[in-house]
Amino acid sequence: MKIAPLPRWAEVGLIPVLNIALALAVSGVVIAMLGESPMAALVVMMKGAFVNPGGLGYTLYYTTNFIFTGLAVSIAFHAMLFNIGGEGQAAIGGLGVALVCLALDPVLPGALVIVLAIGASAAFGAAWALIPGYLQAYRGSHIVITTIMFNFIAAGLTVALLTGALMRPGQSSPQTREFAEAAQLPFIHDMLGWVGLGVARSPLNLSFVIALVCCVGVWVLIWRTKFGYALRAMGQSEPAAIYAGIPVQRMVVIAMALSGGMAGMMALNEILGVQHKLLLNFTSGYGFTGIAVALMGRNHPVGIVLASLLFGALFQGGAELDFEFKTITREMVLLIQGLIILFSGALAYMLYPLVGRVFAMVRGADG
Amino acid sequence: MITRLTRPVRSELRTSKDPSPQPSPTRGEGAGGATPPAVGLTGICKSFGAVKANHDVALEVAASTIHGIIGENGAGKSTLVSILYGFYTADSGQIEIDGQPAKIHNSADAIRLGIGMVHQHFMLVPTFTVLENVMLGREGGALLERGRAETRAELERLSCEHGLEIDPDALVGDLGVGLQQRVEILKALRRGARILILDEPTGVLTPDETDRLFDILRALKRDGVTILLITHKLREIMEVTDAVSVMRQGEMVGHRTPATTTREELAELMVGRKVQLDAVPVTGEPGPVALVADGLSWRDAGGALRLDRVGLELRAGEILGVAGVTGNGQSELLDLLSGIAEPQAGQIRLGERRINSGHPADPAEMRALGLAHVPEDRQHRGLVLSFSAAENVVLGYQGGERAGTGAFINPTGIRALCQKLMDRFDVRPTDPSLRAGGFSGGNQQKIVLAREIDVGPKVLLVGQPTRGVDIGAIEFIHQQLVDLKQAGCAILLVSVELDEILALSDRIMVMNAGRVVGTIDRAEADRHRLGLMMAGIAEGAAA
Amino acid sequence: MAEHWVDFLRLMDGTLRFAAPLILCAMAGLVSERSGVIDIGLEGKLLAGAFAAAAVASITGSAPFGLLAAIAVSMAMGLLHGFACITHRGEQIISGVAINFLASGATIVAGIALFSRGGQSPPLSAGERFRPITLPGVEALAGVPVIGPLYAELISGHNVLVYAAVASVPMVWWMLFRTTFGLRLRAVGEKPEAVDSAGLSVTWLRYRGVLIAGALCGVAGAYLSIAHGGGFVREMSAGKGYIALAAMIFGKWRPGPVLFACLIFGFLEAAAARLQSVELPMVGVIPVELILVLPYVATVVLLAGFFGRAVPPKALGVAYVKER
Repeated sequence: MKIAPLPRWAEVGLIPVLNIALALAVSGVVIAMLGESPMAALVVMMKGAFVNPGGLGYTLYYTTNFIFTGLAVSIAFHAMLFNIGGEGQAAIGGLGVALVCLALDPVLPGALVIVLAIGASAAFGAAWALIPGYLQAYRGSHIVITTIMFNFIAAGLTVALLTGALMRPGQSSPQTREFAEAAQLPFIHDMLGWVGLGVARSPLNLSFVIALVCCVGVWVLIWRTKFGYALRAMGQSEPAAIYAGIPVQRMVVIAMALSGGMAGMMALNEILGVQHKLLLNFTSGYGFTGIAVALMGRNHPVGIVLASLLFGALFQGGAELDFEFKTITREMVLLIQGLIILFSGALAYMLYPLVGRVFAMVRGADG
Repeated sequence: MITRLTRPVRSELRTSKDPSPQPSPTRGEGAGGATPPAVGLTGICKSFGAVKANHDVALEVAASTIHGIIGENGAGKSTLVSILYGFYTADSGQIEIDGQPAKIHNSADAIRLGIGMVHQHFMLVPTFTVLENVMLGREGGALLERGRAETRAELERLSCEHGLEIDPDALVGDLGVGLQQRVEILKALRRGARILILDEPTGVLTPDETDRLFDILRALKRDGVTILLITHKLREIMEVTDAVSVMRQGEMVGHRTPATTTREELAELMVGRKVQLDAVPVTGEPGPVALVADGLSWRDAGGALRLDRVGLELRAGEILGVAGVTGNGQSELLDLLSGIAEPQAGQIRLGERRINSGHPADPAEMRALGLAHVPEDRQHRGLVLSFSAAENVVLGYQGGERAGTGAFINPTGIRALCQKLMDRFDVRPTDPSLRAGGFSGGNQQKIVLAREIDVGPKVLLVGQPTRGVDIGAIEFIHQQLVDLKQAGCAILLVSVELDEILALSDRIMVMNAGRVVGTIDRAEADRHRLGLMMAGIAEGAAA
Repeated sequence: MAEHWVDFLRLMDGTLRFAAPLILCAMAGLVSERSGVIDIGLEGKLLAGAFAAAAVASITGSAPFGLLAAIAVSMAMGLLHGFACITHRGEQIISGVAINFLASGATIVAGIALFSRGGQSPPLSAGERFRPITLPGVEALAGVPVIGPLYAELISGHNVLVYAAVASVPMVWWMLFRTTFGLRLRAVGEKPEAVDSAGLSVTWLRYRGVLIAGALCGVAGAYLSIAHGGGFVREMSAGKGYIALAAMIFGKWRPGPVLFACLIFGFLEAAAARLQSVELPMVGVIPVELILVLPYVATVVLLAGFFGRAVPPKALGVAYVKER
């Protein structure tokens, strides 16, 4: 307990990097235990993520999902709320996109449908998070438990709708019809093609840009507005917030709605950008990964973009593992993800005493 | 250093005990004879980070005596007894129990050595019965059945012997603080404690309950128990102890006996310089009425009546002191007046605005009406400890122009404001970007006070302004309040420290069990009269 | 009449089969949370236990070895949880989430490495599984109306782990409320300072809490893969850990009510399985998904305080730090 506080750069930079290094090192040990070379696996993943044609596009496409879900988790974190329900909020956000597109793409111009769909993704996700937020604020329910429950309820609801009312007519697979082409978000390779730049095809689409805009927006909101100040004050100390006249209950609901809205917008990338129809399980755990992203990114938009990029590369590179190795597959990424959450989240403070002692030794040697 | 400090102590204790006829040595122990001291500490050092909580502390406690340890907040008393009870391990130093060297690594070691502790914050499980709490840690076997019966019998015996009656099957959470404290004492005795440490035991008690506690302590002493009483109240030391040790800034600065010392001398030792204990405030001419409360009642979530038809009138240019033992409705009164809680019955009038259950006002509105509030709990309420000092100077005013224009905050402006306030209130270190949690108690309080005074309030509510604040800062804070009063602000001062109330107030309102017992002028107030009123005994002059 | 009785008993029998893993997991969660450690990781421990049981049973050919392996692996994950949130005072929810991810990834990675079947275990033979046990006296009671079918359909004919699940409830109750250890465990979940000042180790008590939780989850995992099921399938825990968590809250952290909640949730699952594409008069086909989400909806409603308040242990989720 006699450790002097670490310098800020060590706390913000060194410790997180060491934690991730630990997680990757343990992953490497697992790969070695499976009889493969960790180095070779790393090379395959890096190539797949950044070098192969379209690889970077795929990486950024995954990154887009993680930026949305990571921002979602981080907004709630600032208010000291643990939104573990990104998965369900994204699913319902997808429902919103689908409803708007299915209902309006025959009658309205594509661009307008897209704008409405963007709004719907955020609004539906927000609504799905708002209920747990309301229950926590006014009824004292535990947000973690309620949002977990809402993930399952959202899953049940989408299955029921996709096998029922929304199922594509004359089909037996649980998905909707395809949206009109004009109501789809343009792919980046197409957009670059319009200005004469040829790049490999990939699912990367306009929602990547939307995600980056959201990052800036969230930064301004949290760090530069009076609302953000109130949100952070509430997260850091609820009694102080009450003392300061911040309407805590209302803020909990708003924070959750914002968080859910961000998570809902993840559906833009998957549904409006790539699949162009609503289908089951399109959230594929990205909502949960958002927790890891927010933890690694220390709830700061810049950190979240970097962490999203890392996870994007892991997902895209991980997919390449299937082709190159017999014993290791893309599920390896789940394991790595678990390790990252463990080391940068749950064990975030494990290295403090050690690093502190090293610093003390260095200082001692100086003086 | 160690030897120089310990030797005079020993002689002092002996000589003091021999001529003193009052605390008779017990159980055939020869007066000043060969019985080893119950507790002997030498050279105890303990640091938390850069803070030296204990530095080279020596202490000797004679067996079967009541020994007081007195000192200001943060003087290191609690750390010292925590070391004795094994909560912390000393960085260096020796401990002797009954003359034998002892190593105490944890509470289990301490209990084995016959040391028991009654903590300032009770260590009781509220959802357990008295019986279960008392047996915890000494259940007597893997199954509860037998231990329950044994503990029940033991409780009965202890109740008879020491006059500590209690219902063993009552839920601890349902008991009042006085009885909870009794459970703590029973717990320690049940574990065979021969040395009983009480850390600030009277802070939550009424004067009457305090007297009963002291009777119990005297009875325990007669039965051979050695008692270590930690307090910052001089009166208690003079009343009940056989010997007293004084701590200041982590060091032991003197040992005395109540028979041969005075309150003034002890106070001087505690503070390190001469202090005037009974300062009389400068009274001024009160102005027009600024704040009125009428028939305020309030029940907590559990349905208990915390405030019962409280009324008061506060005028510009006066300080109205609210005296009372902790937990008699003062906190709830502050919550209602500041807008944190809504009145359920009764009315508040602030300027032209009437506030009642139909028309509540939140803290933001109260601030807009010119009411500022220095809360009792600055660490949790008054500050966001993880925010920088700069961010904290707009807490409560985050929606207004102080924080920035429109919807945005202005970090540079806030920083400049903080810098200005820090200079004016002499906050150290003068670093607006330092986290609020990194400042000492006194400097934290200065930040809060600066923030609330700088907005130029018409009414200022102040709760426990000097709790956990060092003496230098206390005088500064008191001066600020007096200056503000003279500038025409109406101040409501809530404090459990009678000295503070007496030193600052123009009028004094006494609360007991959620009611106003009476309001008297400073000139008519003395300690004895206020003590009776705090115990709920209203008298002729009571309004 | 007798036919309806047998029908009803079969439904109850199905209820018990679906409820068994929930009961074990919920008891695990109860023990952990009563000691003050939130256990979101039930799901992961259940999954890892299921995999370990199937893998070891298939390799050794012995179901009991499989069970032991499940318990060991699940306890190891409990230990990891303890290391993160008791020793290093990490966020308990985050640690639980990490454990769930680790279990998802590790079971598939290890499954592919061991069996090369895309993450599944080979189908298990009878000797590698816990088979239903016919209790003595089924024949003798066969002719007795009401009682006979009750005994044969509902009470007899389960595998040993179902009986273990049912027995775990009184055992956990007895441990918590009749033993010294239980008193201490409950105290540490309510007010760890009291336990510390009584000279007891908060850390060690909580570690024992998470270890017991691990063991119970391991049994539940073994039930899924080598008793109820005939092998491991990816993600076979399928949210049961979360339902158990819901049941534990629904039962307000008390063994009896938690058992009741597990039975209700098990019943909903059994009923859903029976109602699958059955045309009901008046209503038509009820989407099974909607029945399956009922446990979650019920928990949300309960948590919102509509059927009385669920009060968690006071110190739940709070790492113990000696005050400075």
